[in-house]
Amino acid sequence: MLQLYLPIAEVSVNALLILGLGGIVGFLSGMFGVGGGFLITPLLLFIGVPPGVAVATGANQVVASSISGVLAQLKRKAVDFPMGFVLLAGGMLGSWAGVKVFSYMTALGQVDLFVQLSYVLFLGLIGGLMFIESLRSLLRARSAGQAPIRRSHVHTWIHGLPFKMRFRASGLYISILPPLLVGALVGLLAGIMGVGGGFILVPAMIYVLGMPTKVVIGTSLFQIIFVTGFTTIVHAVNNHTVDMMLALLLIVGGVIGAQIGTVVGTKLKAEQLRILLAALVLSVAIKIAFDLLLQPDELYSLAAGVLP
Amino acid sequence: MRWLALLLALAGPAMGEETIVTGLSQSRVAITANYDGSEILIYGAVKRDAPPPSADPIEVIITVEGPSSPVTIRRKEWVAGLWINRSSVSVDAAPSFYAVATSGPIANILSQTEDLRFKITIPHTIRSVGSTKDAADAEDFVTALQRLHERDGRYRLDEGSVQLTDQTLFRTDVLLPANLTEGDYRVRLFLLRDGRVVDSQERVIGVRKAGVERFLYNLAHEQSLLYGVISLLMAVVAGWAASAGARFIRR
Repeated sequence: MLQLYLPIAEVSVNALLILGLGGIVGFLSGMFGVGGGFLITPLLLFIGVPPGVAVATGANQVVASSISGVLAQLKRKAVDFPMGFVLLAGGMLGSWAGVKVFSYMTALGQVDLFVQLSYVLFLGLIGGLMFIESLRSLLRARSAGQAPIRRSHVHTWIHGLPFKMRFRASGLYISILPPLLVGALVGLLAGIMGVGGGFILVPAMIYVLGMPTKVVIGTSLFQIIFVTGFTTIVHAVNNHTVDMMLALLLIVGGVIGAQIGTVVGTKLKAEQLRILLAALVLSVAIKIAFDLLLQPDELYSLAAGVLP
Repeated sequence: MRWLALLLALAGPAMGEETIVTGLSQSRVAITANYDGSEILIYGAVKRDAPPPSADPIEVIITVEGPSSPVTIRRKEWVAGLWINRSSVSVDAAPSFYAVATSGPIANILSQTEDLRFKITIPHTIRSVGSTKDAADAEDFVTALQRLHERDGRYRLDEGSVQLTDQTLFRTDVLLPANLTEGDYRVRLFLLRDGRVVDSQERVIGVRKAGVERFLYNLAHEQSLLYGVISLLMAVVAGWAASAGARFIRR
């Protein structure tokens, strides 16, 4: 029931199913500050939406849920705007380079493998490290009842770098070079993997820059709005792959989910939030790893058009 | 005209001309927002100027073919412990939809040579002239293409689904799936006797997007920047509205 024919994807889908998908991804987005691009694309592929449309329309949906999430965080003053802009500047440079690497790998004809391997490597690494760290701090907090050590007050070599700047919302006074570099690295991976990069950015902000978890979510979402907005326009103009009908359904589900996710997120402890995100990231990495390692039922697959 | 044909039929030893007369329940399909597949009734009759020329029964094959496009078939292979897409074959043109309806088992009613000549069965409709791999292996890829499309309902062979009454009237329903591609769908009707095609006819069903679907599709292709900006605005407004709505509910 409630079947809807999508004009660009050219498939008929169940409207309620799409609303639900959007809602789940929006919920996670609001809760963890990740865009959800690494979830929505495989889910859309699974229900038969062509890959190009899935990536482009997914990006459009992420814009909406990120805005919804940022506005919710804004009321708690949990968005570090200067930090967001510094990350964005680095991100733009990085994603430009990432798209170049992507086209180079496409020319070599192994872009699928390359993308899958980067997913396994980065999701696995980040998810694993985060999982261990948050589990440890959760256990420490439980056994001793003492507050975990505040990382932001530990002085390392990072604090010796030039071009220092004050990031009031994060309570940091550091050089802009590390955030710029983090932004560029995330942008590079995002450009290659075709995602917003929130799942890389969030842990990087917590562990590399030492930002408080609550500020990280809003700031990450703020950055993602621009990256995915840019992606949407590029895909719409170059590939005509944004499906407005599909996007509308995903968005309606997504923004509602994002609001619920934000409320749930604020009720949880920072360690709990991190361990859940770690589990999510790890399970996606494991799923992709299994796809690579186990013999698939169907060895053949179809792609429209003629490959170069 | 008729008496002339009759005269010829009487004069020639094996004349007995049999021709096909057909009709479609609809010659246009409009894909609207709530399009969820449609059924097309194809019917017709055999027109004879003389009694049936032989004792062999008449048979009917009906094919419906969607617009063709190039397709790449890829195969995963086991390399260094990983299953990765390794070799691929590009097919020049494969129909996006192909249904064959027959009045009996296709192997019995259609000869190999006639199949080759009229390109009736599914393998013959896939053109793989410019495949990039050696011929022996390319065969496997084309078989895989057929298998995958049979599984998702794009390619269908419905043997015995054409009802033939009194060796004269016939009808069948062809189900067009929900994931339909826009374009002209070619309907071909073959009249067969003893494995040979006696007469054939061709009709066209135009499948077009309509209403909102048409509008959005045109906008996306003709005004792509505007389309992108509208999509983005929609996201911004929805994101803001949800946030404002949540604030309103909490109060």
